Amino acid sequence: MRFITRARAVGALGIVVSLVLMLAVNANLSTKLAEQRAAGSAKAPSSVWGYVSQLYIPEPKTPPGTPPVATIPLPTLGTVFFICVLLIAAGAFLIARNPERRGIGGYVSALIGFTFFVLLIWAVAGDRVDLADTLSRVVRVSTPLGLGALAGLVCERSGVVNIGIEGMMLTGACFGYIAALVVGNWFDAAGQAPVWFGVLIAVLTGGIMAALHALLSIRFKIDQIISGTVINIMAVGLTGYLRSNFIIKYDSPVKKPLNDLPIPGLSDIPLLGPVLFNHKPITYMMLLLVLIMHVLLFRTVWGLRTRAIGEHPKAADTVGIKVNRMRFWNVVIGGFLAGLAGAWFALEVTFRFDDLMTNGQGFIALAAMIFGKWTPLGAYGGALLFSSANALQLKVQNYDFALAPQFLQMLPYVVTIIVLAGVIGKARPPAAVGEPYDH
Amino acid sequence: MADPHDAKDHRDPDQHPQDVVEQPAAPSDPTVPATKGVLRSIRWGELLVPILAIFTAILVGAVIVFLSAPAEKGSRLHVTWEAFKGLFIGAFGNWAEPSTIPNALSGTLVESTPYILAGLAVALGFKAGLFNIGAEGQLLIGALTAVSIGVWLPGWIGVESLPAIIHLPLAVLGGFVGGGLWGAIPGYLRAKTGAHEVITTIMLNYIALRLIDYMIVSGPMKDPAGSAPRTPFVQGPAILPQFVGVVRDPSLTGGNTYQPLIATTSSTWDLRVHAGLLIALLAVVFVWWLLNRTPKGFEIKTVGANPQAARYAGMSIVSTTVLTMTLSGGLAGLAGAGQVLGLEHNMKSVFSGGLGFDSIAIALLAKSNPIAIIPAALFWGALRQGAGAMQIRSGISINLINIIQALVIIFVAADQIVRWIYRIRREQGGQMVFTRGWGK
Repeated sequence: MRFITRARAVGALGIVVSLVLMLAVNANLSTKLAEQRAAGSAKAPSSVWGYVSQLYIPEPKTPPGTPPVATIPLPTLGTVFFICVLLIAAGAFLIARNPERRGIGGYVSALIGFTFFVLLIWAVAGDRVDLADTLSRVVRVSTPLGLGALAGLVCERSGVVNIGIEGMMLTGACFGYIAALVVGNWFDAAGQAPVWFGVLIAVLTGGIMAALHALLSIRFKIDQIISGTVINIMAVGLTGYLRSNFIIKYDSPVKKPLNDLPIPGLSDIPLLGPVLFNHKPITYMMLLLVLIMHVLLFRTVWGLRTRAIGEHPKAADTVGIKVNRMRFWNVVIGGFLAGLAGAWFALEVTFRFDDLMTNGQGFIALAAMIFGKWTPLGAYGGALLFSSANALQLKVQNYDFALAPQFLQMLPYVVTIIVLAGVIGKARPPAAVGEPYDH
Repeated sequence: MADPHDAKDHRDPDQHPQDVVEQPAAPSDPTVPATKGVLRSIRWGELLVPILAIFTAILVGAVIVFLSAPAEKGSRLHVTWEAFKGLFIGAFGNWAEPSTIPNALSGTLVESTPYILAGLAVALGFKAGLFNIGAEGQLLIGALTAVSIGVWLPGWIGVESLPAIIHLPLAVLGGFVGGGLWGAIPGYLRAKTGAHEVITTIMLNYIALRLIDYMIVSGPMKDPAGSAPRTPFVQGPAILPQFVGVVRDPSLTGGNTYQPLIATTSSTWDLRVHAGLLIALLAVVFVWWLLNRTPKGFEIKTVGANPQAARYAGMSIVSTTVLTMTLSGGLAGLAGAGQVLGLEHNMKSVFSGGLGFDSIAIALLAKSNPIAIIPAALFWGALRQGAGAMQIRSGISINLINIIQALVIIFVAADQIVRWIYRIRREQGGQMVFTRGWGK
């Protein structure tokens, strides 16, 4: 029996992280207190323990300044210590019991989640944060990750690795944006119609790039990782060329992204309303697609066949499923989803296109898919984990926080590596993934 | 599996792992002179496909230029002609005015230097079946460590300055170690947990970018004297000197004197090409020697070609993987060190323009052959060097080069397409395989 096992390593990691957090928060708040006292600030509490982080839930759709529905005051240091002591105790328990696998994944998820929470209340010590807005942001930035994870899932369940999602998103964003600009100019229309046309083109562009990936990897049987990398590099070159040669010189009446689409009635519920029912269209589409894909994959003939060609293509072929044709269309469907994610970047959050604007989200989406063990609901759970890291770093930038923003920006990438390293738990990919199929 | 040293030399010693299915190439007899091995390792027939790939990519690039030519620069055909003429003049000089030639050629060599090292980094990974997309991040970290040593090492040990014979090697070594550590992380994760290096290295690229951003824009390494965010200039003894050049006024370089090997006053001969080129060429020889003349190199190739066989032969997959990724990262780190110590002499927050991705293209183009990296990198350097002149002459964006690059990668990686277009018979043997599960 080895002494250093996964459980023990994870437990030790948790204890170290918790201790570092406790010490860092304590030291930082002490300095802050000393500074405030030296400046004679009236806001300075009597001791370090006096800092309070307030989480408040506002009344939806009211101007700022309206009294909130509820306020949760949390003593900053007390809460941090409480959470960290719990994490340390759980870590010690893991080290002592040394389980084979049970509880390890849960512990790591809790560690990551609570670390985010500690960072949040640390950042707002002596201040307050809008809880509804924070959570709504988590859902919003999970859109490209959720769609990207679904795209990866549709491909990989059928046996094709798709590392080109990033590139499909980027080209989708670029062509969708160009389409919106051009159509707006032709018809001299500034409203939403050209933007929606752009979304459609983005989806189709993603599909075309995916078809190229399918052609290279299924028809020509090129290694799927190389083929995906080719897609990514081509996307960078193509979109960079189009941006500098066309987009920045082109003037169009279309200037605005897709509008907000609050769902009447539901969006007025405090907390739940802003978090789930006050978003833009592509975010709703993503939420619905996650549910639909789960049903499709596990409850329909298409889903069964997709899983069959990903697990045992020979057997599927024997019962008459056209393996390569079906893989081709699955990859293209994945491309549609990635293109929609691209539209989110260029046509929903903002109305513009920047070089490399997808920023690695396509790769993080793959990690979310692995985290979710190749199921749509699980993958969306992974997407939420990464998007909360992302939302956290965006939110914390509004506060005077001890850590440089660059370190918080690293969070999603670091978490991706942790997830991939299998710390969360063993993941079993579809058995035939990555293998070209020959009759 | 047979003892590697018993294996008959019936295959080329420097064969690509993709051709080797059942048994990798053995290190050939050490009594054979090295040069002979080098020459034999070139299989001229294999050059056909890469050359046709480049040709096709440039042809498609020309069509794109033709279609997107800006109207104010004349007829489409004229713009296309000017674009490629500009590309040539930028890279090799205007042969009507011989005085422009040394500068253009030196520029091409300067551009090629990091490509040789970074391309070598990716190629070495390929040999062991590892796809190192993280050359970019390793290069950044290598540059960061090299520049720190170049600027601050004498201060850390409490002296005014160090002699170049100590300072320069330490700075270069720093680049190697920095990049090597950054490469060792994904190597270790891959070997121990199975986490796929393609994603972990990309994530480490982003982390490296944020780290550089912190260090240079807002953090401890920013030069207070600089207006744009950058580190201070490296000290004179730590630079990789220009071979021939004009001595700059020290006030332009933070008070440091940068002495070229041969000082001149003629601007025609003020050439940017620097000693980093020698490091790059030495690295090529080293990798070639490592892969073809040492047992470790044999292990690397065996692990890449057939991990199962390697395991049965008693080779340690874990240590070979970590070693390869460390060396690969170190080579990329050297590329970064060369850029800061030889060319920029400080480090800016916006540092490498996609060198990491280009290096994948170079490794594929060279079919991972260390010697072939040199011409592939020269081709790439010429494209980059020429791109500026192309943009000025024809108004076509530099990004065209990125498209040509992507097309070259497509046509080289998917050589079936080129074979199909030009009706070339398919080669025996499989191809590189990187697609595995994402984690264990």
